[in-house]
Amino acid sequence: MKIYLPLDSAAVALGADEIAESIQKHAQAKAVTVTLVRNGSRGMVWLEPMVEVESPAGRLAFGPMSLADVPALFGDLSAHPKALGLTDDLPWLKAQTRLTFARVGVIDPLSLDDYKTQGGLSGLTRALGMDRAAIVAEVTASGLRGRGGAGFPTGIKWKTVSEAVADRKYIVCNADEGDSATFADRMLMEGDPFTLIEGMAIAGLACGATKGFVYIRSEYPVAIRVMEEAVKIARAAGVLGASVLGCGKAFDMEVRVGAGAYVCGEETSLLNSLEGKRGVVRAKPPLPALQGFMGKPTVVNNVISLASIPVIFEKGAEFYKGFGLGRSRGTIPLQIAGNVKHGGLYEIAFGLTLGDIVDKIAGGTASGRPVKAVQVGGPLGAYFPRSLFDTPFGYEEFAGKDGLIGHAGLTVFDDSADMLAQARFAMEFCAIESCGKCTPCRIGAVRGVETVDRIAKGDASAIPLLTDLCATMKAGSLCALGGFTPYPVLSALSHFPDDFTRMKDAAE
Amino acid sequence: MLDSNTTIAKVEDILARHHGMEGALLPILHAIQAEFGHVPQVVLPVVAKAMNISRAEVHGVMSFYHDFREEPAGRHVIKLCRAEACQAVGADRVADHAKKLLGLEWHETAKNGSVTLEPIFCLGLCACGPAALVDGKLVGRVDEAKLDALVEEMK
Repeated sequence: MKIYLPLDSAAVALGADEIAESIQKHAQAKAVTVTLVRNGSRGMVWLEPMVEVESPAGRLAFGPMSLADVPALFGDLSAHPKALGLTDDLPWLKAQTRLTFARVGVIDPLSLDDYKTQGGLSGLTRALGMDRAAIVAEVTASGLRGRGGAGFPTGIKWKTVSEAVADRKYIVCNADEGDSATFADRMLMEGDPFTLIEGMAIAGLACGATKGFVYIRSEYPVAIRVMEEAVKIARAAGVLGASVLGCGKAFDMEVRVGAGAYVCGEETSLLNSLEGKRGVVRAKPPLPALQGFMGKPTVVNNVISLASIPVIFEKGAEFYKGFGLGRSRGTIPLQIAGNVKHGGLYEIAFGLTLGDIVDKIAGGTASGRPVKAVQVGGPLGAYFPRSLFDTPFGYEEFAGKDGLIGHAGLTVFDDSADMLAQARFAMEFCAIESCGKCTPCRIGAVRGVETVDRIAKGDASAIPLLTDLCATMKAGSLCALGGFTPYPVLSALSHFPDDFTRMKDAAE
Repeated sequence: MLDSNTTIAKVEDILARHHGMEGALLPILHAIQAEFGHVPQVVLPVVAKAMNISRAEVHGVMSFYHDFREEPAGRHVIKLCRAEACQAVGADRVADHAKKLLGLEWHETAKNGSVTLEPIFCLGLCACGPAALVDGKLVGRVDEAKLDALVEEMK
């Protein structure tokens, strides 16, 4: 009997380890031989822990599992109280276009054989037959843009590093996924770490870099463990090392762990942290592509950008580019979070409207109350009201509505949310996490909290002051922390003005 | 409590293990904290000397990051997520309950050293919040009753 049960953090947080223990115990008692594979999550967090049992017809899903549901796994499966049917037939999965996440939840994350059986390493193998310029051109042609949030074309970044002349170059993977509502990096690293390794190896070949780092935040203990093991396995198998798959070119990598500083998700601050310094933001230029880690040309890419590389090489740039809308090409792993009925990861081509994502895919709120606002793009993203639900999911489309898609995380709030409190939190968070280098962010965030508090007390004259402060932060901050904190603040103010005048009304 | 000679010997061993590593200071501080539960201030000059940087620089780095502690934490550490996705499902309410239950504010440790309460900004459990990290164990959908049970288990 082959049983799959995720090792994914979300599944574990909902009791997967205890279920695993119980499955082994019951199997032993019933003298059934069970092969228990700890896979990645299929992304349906409301069904976690979700168990899958292999059957001749395909994998059968059961969830959300509790300890009481374990014994029935050894009886008539069709009568199991948590039976969901064939995994592949679940509507949430069926409607997706899984390119980057194709293997997540399907394979044993730490089995290189499983990985190869499911198309793994074919992208790298193809890249090995191409010269540097051709690899870079393929990435450019795919239309892939930085999935970390900035949306910078990945091919152009690689070209800069590839053409730079230096004795050493580096590939740095930004896995400091600190934005609330985002967990795609975590799920990818936990569920299919070899994809990231393969993507980084291709980046290394393209740029002439021989060393890579994955900088993972310390809040992700499972991802750290899985990535570290995967790197060891890849090295032992010759995927990494002095001669990548025997091609004669070297590429190796190390996993590094952050230390709880949100700002280290900003690329220059991450590089300082990686160098063993305070995670303070650097002024640009020089670009990291020319002077990055240790002053050498460095590619800094998000996990999802790098993990999308293997499929682009396996299936071709044109295939990948065929998905999406406008200048947003390919697929995007939406992360649906907060107060939702159906939360989790949903990979789909760009272009769905926000309303379809929230009402149809997420199924509205978990509380059953009306949706009030959706924060798109993490703590630095704007709050969208229902009146903007027709916005299609794409970089330019969201920018056109004074928002951003960021790392594609969506936090849904019901009508009990107080948008003034959310605006205050945005400023408070910026004050806590500011690296302190530039004044608009360091001082502005503190003044921002005070100004929101004045508004909360009914002082309407503080509203233009807040708007003015936001303009200063937006224009004068060195990086996106101070520069984008105004997005949640101003969107809360402009779309939900009633929440900013309540005290005044009460006073009158 | 280890005497300072033993502490320094252990740190020298950690430093030797990281010799030649590029940008080794964060891995070294992590290793020291894993060994002692905090970063004893007596070791800063030892680290500084080995890295050929000033003690102030080591202090600057360690104090920049939320993870590194100068003082040992309580026997148990409860970290509650305060970020937006968890707020949307009641994290503030659960945090208020935790503060009352433990009689602690954020970053405080109980007088008897039993427990430390800390905020954390996102564990990537945003579709099953409110989330917590209790003694290194991930916990999802934390409500008042679940928190009471977790605290009860610690006794």
